[in-house]
Amino acid sequence: MSEADAEEPELVADVLDGDHRALARTISKIEDRAPGYRDIVSALHTHTGDAEVIGVTGSPGAGKSTLVDKLAKTYRDRGLTVGVIAVDPSSPYTGGAVLGDRIRMASNVGDMDVFFRSMSARGQLGGLSTATADAVKALDAFGKDRIVVETVGAGQNEVDVVRTADSVVVLVQPGSGDDVQMLKAGILEIGDVFVVNKADMDGAATTVSDLREMLHMRDGTTAGAGHHGAGTTADGSDGDEDEGWDPRIVETVATEGEGVAALIDALDAHYDHLRSTGELDRRARTRTAEEIRRLLRSDAADLLEEEIDRHGGMATLVDEVRARETDPYTVVDRLLDPLADCVRERRERDDPAE
Amino acid sequence: MSAGQEQRTIRCLVAKVGLDGHDRGAHVIARAFRDAGFEVIYSGLHRAPEEIVQAAVQEDVDVLGISILSGAHNTLVPTVIEGLKEYGAFEDTLVIVGGIVPDEDREDLMAAGVAEVFGPGTPMQDTIDFVRDNVPHR
Repeated sequence: MSEADAEEPELVADVLDGDHRALARTISKIEDRAPGYRDIVSALHTHTGDAEVIGVTGSPGAGKSTLVDKLAKTYRDRGLTVGVIAVDPSSPYTGGAVLGDRIRMASNVGDMDVFFRSMSARGQLGGLSTATADAVKALDAFGKDRIVVETVGAGQNEVDVVRTADSVVVLVQPGSGDDVQMLKAGILEIGDVFVVNKADMDGAATTVSDLREMLHMRDGTTAGAGHHGAGTTADGSDGDEDEGWDPRIVETVATEGEGVAALIDALDAHYDHLRSTGELDRRARTRTAEEIRRLLRSDAADLLEEEIDRHGGMATLVDEVRARETDPYTVVDRLLDPLADCVRERRERDDPAE
Repeated sequence: MSAGQEQRTIRCLVAKVGLDGHDRGAHVIARAFRDAGFEVIYSGLHRAPEEIVQAAVQEDVDVLGISILSGAHNTLVPTVIEGLKEYGAFEDTLVIVGGIVPDEDREDLMAAGVAEVFGPGTPMQDTIDFVRDNVPHR
C-alpha cells in the first residue's frame, strides 16, 4: 500500500499533464484493480466531465473497428483529440484474449493524439463496465474531446458497457436478416444512431428500410392507422422519456470513409438534443446512481466473501448444506446477521432521535 | 475466481514490423499466448517501427514480441527500442524477438536491449516460460 501511495499523486499529475505513458499506466492499474487505483480514479474524477462519450456496438464483422478508425481520423481532421477503448471478449477457460481491433486503426498511425486502448472482459461479469467507466474517466481527465467505447454487441455485459456513453451507435450489416431479428430483442433499444455499414453491398437498401420499420415499431407510434384500434394505443405513447429523439439511420462504407461525416452530424444532433432537453444531465445522474450502486454491491460482496472465509470457506458451507445439516437460507442468515446488527447499531448511535 | 487476484494479467504485443508478409508464426504465437492466459494484442502486418512503439506505449504491454523473417532485424528492432526509450517505456517492457535471425546477429540484438531471440523450432512452452519468468515487476 505504502508503495502505491507514494506513486499515485505523481501519476495523477502526469496524466493531467498529458503524459501518454502515465495515462497508459493508469488504465492498466484500473484494469488490474491494482492497489491504490481507487485513489487515482477519485483524484481524476474532479477533472472529468468535458468529453463527449460515444458507444459503438454491433455484431462481429460489422465493421466497428474500421468505422471507429475513420471516425477518429475525421475528428482529428477537425482538430479534436480522441480516445478509443476497444473491448474484446476473453476466454472463460484461460482468461487469455486476443485483442485484434488495433489492426484496423491504420488511419491514425503515429498520431499520439488518438489514444487507442484494447481492453478485455477478463471474465468479470459486471466488473467490465466499472473498469471501462473508470478508463473513460482517465481519458476524460487527460483532456480527450471525444471518447469512443467500442464493444461487440453480444450480451448484457456489452449493453452495460455501452451505457457508459452519451450517445450509442449500433452497427448493422446489410443482408443479415437474422442479425436484425436478433437486434429486436437486444440492442435495438439502446441505439441513438443506427449505422448500416457496407452500404455498397447488395441488400443495403432493404436493411435500411427494415431498420426504419422496426424503429417505428419501437416508438410505438404511427403505423397503427389501419390496426384494430383498442390494443395499440395502450402502451408506448405515454412512456416517451426521450422527448422525441428519432433514432437516425446513417449509411456508411467505413473502408472508404463514406458517410462518416453524416455519422458525425447525427451524433452532434443527438448531443444537442441531449443538452437542450436536459436529457444529458438526466442520463449522467442515472449513470452516477448506477455507478454508486454497482460499487456498493461489489464492495459488499467482498466484505461477505471475507465472512465466508471466516466461516471456514464456501466448501465447508456447501458440505454442511449437502449433508442436510443446514440449508442455504440459514447459512445466509448466519453470515449476514452480524453485519446487519452492526449497521443498525451504528445507525442508532448516529441518529439516536430515530 | 478471486483466487487469481494476486496474479496480474500479462499483456503482450505481438508485432510484425517492416516488409515481410508472413504472419503465420505470429498467429501461432498469439494463440499460444492467449491459451497461456495472456492478453495478446496483435499489430497486423507491415507496421512501421513508430506504430509498434505507439501501440506498446498506449497498451502498456509487459511484453513486446517482434516477429521478423525478412532479415531487416538489425535496423528495425533497435529503432523500436529507441522509440520505447523515448517514451520511458523500455525499462518495464520485455522485448523478445522471434523468427529468422542468424547467430552472428543475436548478440547485437541482445546488446541493443532484446531479452531473448527465439529461432525456428523453439518449443512454445519455452517461450511462454521465458515470458513468465522474465516479465518485469512493476
